[in-house]
Amino acid sequence: MELFSSEETLLKDSAAGFMSEHAPVHALRDIRDQKEALGFNQELHKTLADMGWFGMLLPEEAGGYDFGHRSAGLVAEEMGRNLTASPFLSTAVLSAIALRQANGEHLSEWGPKIASGDAVIALAIDEGAKHNPSRIKATAEPDGNGFVLNARKRAVFDGYNADRLIVVAKTGAETGLFLVDPSAAEVEIERNAMLDSRNAANIQITNLHLDGKDLLCPLEDGAAVLEATLRSGRAIAASEQLGVAREVAERTTAYLGERKQFGVPIGMFQALQHRLADLYCQIEQTASLISAAQRAIDTTSDSADELTRAAKAKVAKVSRTATEEAVQMHGGIGMTDEVDVGLFMKRDRVLTEMLGDSAHHVDALLKKRGL
Amino acid sequence: MTTLEEFRMETRAWLEDNCPQEMRKPVTVEEDICWGGRNWTFKSPAQKQWLERMAERGWTVPSWPKEYGGGGLSGDEVKILKEEMTRINAMSPLESFGIWMLGPALLEYGSHEQKLEHLPKIARGEIRWCQGYSEPGSGSDLASVQTKGVDMGDHFLVSGQKIWTSYADKADWIFALVRTEPDAKKHKGISFLLFDMTSEGVSTKPIRLISGSSPFCETFFDEVKVPMENVVDERGNGWTIAKYLLTHEREMVSNLDAIFGGSAGLYETAAESIGLDETGRLDDPLLRSDIGDFLVDEMALTAHLATARDFHRAGNQLGARSAELKYLGTELNKRRQSLVVQAGGLEALSGPEENYGIGSQSASWLRSKGNSIEGGTSEIMLSIISKAVLRLPSLG
Ligand SMILES: Cc1cc2nc3c(=O)[nH]c(=O)nc-3n(C[C@H](O)[C@H](O)[C@H](O)COP(=O)(O)OP(=O)(O)OC[C@H]3O[C@@H](n4cnc5c(N)ncnc54)[C@H](O)[C@@H]3O)c2cc1C
Ligand SMILES: Cc1cc2nc3c(=O)[nH]c(=O)nc-3n(C[C@H](O)[C@H](O)[C@H](O)COP(=O)(O)OP(=O)(O)OC[C@H]3O[C@@H](n4cnc5c(N)ncnc54)[C@H](O)[C@@H]3O)c2cc1C
Repeated sequence: MELFSSEETLLKDSAAGFMSEHAPVHALRDIRDQKEALGFNQELHKTLADMGWFGMLLPEEAGGYDFGHRSAGLVAEEMGRNLTASPFLSTAVLSAIALRQANGEHLSEWGPKIASGDAVIALAIDEGAKHNPSRIKATAEPDGNGFVLNARKRAVFDGYNADRLIVVAKTGAETGLFLVDPSAAEVEIERNAMLDSRNAANIQITNLHLDGKDLLCPLEDGAAVLEATLRSGRAIAASEQLGVAREVAERTTAYLGERKQFGVPIGMFQALQHRLADLYCQIEQTASLISAAQRAIDTTSDSADELTRAAKAKVAKVSRTATEEAVQMHGGIGMTDEVDVGLFMKRDRVLTEMLGDSAHHVDALLKKRGL
Repeated sequence: MTTLEEFRMETRAWLEDNCPQEMRKPVTVEEDICWGGRNWTFKSPAQKQWLERMAERGWTVPSWPKEYGGGGLSGDEVKILKEEMTRINAMSPLESFGIWMLGPALLEYGSHEQKLEHLPKIARGEIRWCQGYSEPGSGSDLASVQTKGVDMGDHFLVSGQKIWTSYADKADWIFALVRTEPDAKKHKGISFLLFDMTSEGVSTKPIRLISGSSPFCETFFDEVKVPMENVVDERGNGWTIAKYLLTHEREMVSNLDAIFGGSAGLYETAAESIGLDETGRLDDPLLRSDIGDFLVDEMALTAHLATARDFHRAGNQLGARSAELKYLGTELNKRRQSLVVQAGGLEALSGPEENYGIGSQSASWLRSKGNSIEGGTSEIMLSIISKAVLRLPSLG
């Protein structure tokens, strides 16, 4: 029901056409089966950048196109529908926004490389099993003009073989975002084989000496820059997850029309119909919530943070139901690796944990209401 | 300044001058809402004044054409008017089945004479309407209605029984589904009739609800004379109109909290009656978790209703998707009311002796159970979505 501008419609259609042709689900299967260490195809990354999609959130001065979050969300949704593997979230969203918000000289250096698909930059934030930015233990001790960095980061998405890392660390009570060259000897990177066949690294940094100019922005701005970065990442990840939910729900609906048991299509059974209809309603309202969150970020509305948290929390629940119902309603075949449903379920699970699950965000929303 | 901005400024100024202070507060009890009609007693002089001033501008029904008592406003202007009313907490001047249901149906299917006759009276709150759809034997299977209208040349003689007719004892007129073509197929034999509840042969008997009040009735028709010109659209085409009207009813019901006040009370009640733990969180983790889930769903529905309103204002019909809004809105409202009484604990469970101990919170909770029944049950909404939106195969 959402009304799109003509530019948005064009973008949505071209992203849908492109992903289904050049980056469909079987491309992810290939990456998995060939045990591709990067977790994405480099050629595809370059082509996605050529389409302009890696510069959507960057300003024109930094080689970008400044399309805004709603547009980036439309592209991410198509990526979710096709399980397109690319460093889009890590690089074109999280790192691009961190650089943009910090607005220092690094933006003019790295912005154009992100937009052209010539650099992968990963945000190294999480340290435990669960996303929790309030518990960061990594430290950056002041040392002359610079800092000494010590960090143990987990699940750094696209952190294996990245050109740069943006490492979040504490200097006393303040938050620093440091641009780190992963080829330094003090940086140890271990590739993690993830459930969704994408790349996420565990990274150990020991006594790495950094220059003051490796800091993306002054320490006093760090917390705000990080918050804006995470907000953007959550809002766009929500769209990718919505794409997952929509795709599996549609595939399941189609399957119910084809599969016959008891002499009729199983879609005739009300026990299945009502569950799918409920799922449809939940997906549709989630889509409106995600859109509202992205448009709120684009208009710097006060409600952007709350809407984004609600969107991230809601889509995780809905998408989980969608993937679980998809397996169940496909019956025995839903349990097989032959159909794609399982691949969607795996990406869904990772997206839920990425940048905070439902409980994390609902807790934050309730605290704001004095509960 | 663009014309829309001018409109906003003028509207703001007009509301500032014309909305009585007393009418600038959230609706807390049902009696705060003005339903109008011949027998209406205004709660206060301010309520009357507010209705008259708004009706004079056509702003009780801002989107209807001026010649039928409306404001003739565009979709964008209606949105601005609502925003400006919300800004000063202005209550709605008038709510009624005429505004929500009959008006949109008459605008689509009524003759010019019918529109001129009925719409301005709805807009001014002079005539209050009720909905004569359900019968003892025809609930979800509405098209099976048996109330019959016998063709007497220039009029029908209508006989039969309706049930669950909300406010039938307070309403002035009724719009009813009546089988006038006994030989036609089930869906083709129904006409959409309008008649005065003071006509000879009409009687009502209130039914008490579990929430204590008696807002709906059994309605009996014994050879009621209804002139032929009171048929809306063609004879036998009543089912089409009935369905169209239901899409409007469902859309309205999906947004109950906007009319009856939101959830702010829930959070306050919970914090007050349960208290917070040492980390500042509600000291009942399981209820807190339920409230959290509700909160997220409420934000989702709010966003979704805004999407639907924009879609609608751009000139699109919601059609079967009104079932989606109705389902989401009513199920959410049930959860809201349930959480309010849970948060209130035993405090929420007592009330005045004369109302059988039913207080305002438990009355709202009990009443909300009907939301997923009235206007078509949740199960019927899900079936409509399966069939009309998902296009799943169906039995019929
Ligand atoms: C791990 C595993 C091990 C198995 N081991 C064995 C084994 O050792 N031996 C063996 O013979 N089989 C085995 N099976 C097969 C299993 O019994 C079938 O998968 C199961 O009976 C469902 O049949 P189906 O896969 O054809 O699904 P379908 O019958 O096509 O069902 C698809 C969906 O439609 C629903 N559905 C179907 N009919 C209706 C209805 N009337 N009303 C409402 N919903 C309906 C189902 O609940 C399901 O959600 C195994 C399956 C699995 C997953
Ligand atoms: C508060 C309130 C106000 C109302 N106001 C009015 C009014 O003003 N005017 C008016 O005309 N009516 C009114 N109604 C009546 C309302 O429209 C009917 O109650 C409703 O359509 C259901 O019909 P029923 O009560 O006969 O239930 P039934 O149709 O008997 O349904 C009983 C149960 O069976 C389920 N069911 C029925 N058919 C199916 C199916 N095919 N598949 C799955 N499940 C099914 C239903 O969902 C329900 O859970 C009101 C009702 C309430 C509660």
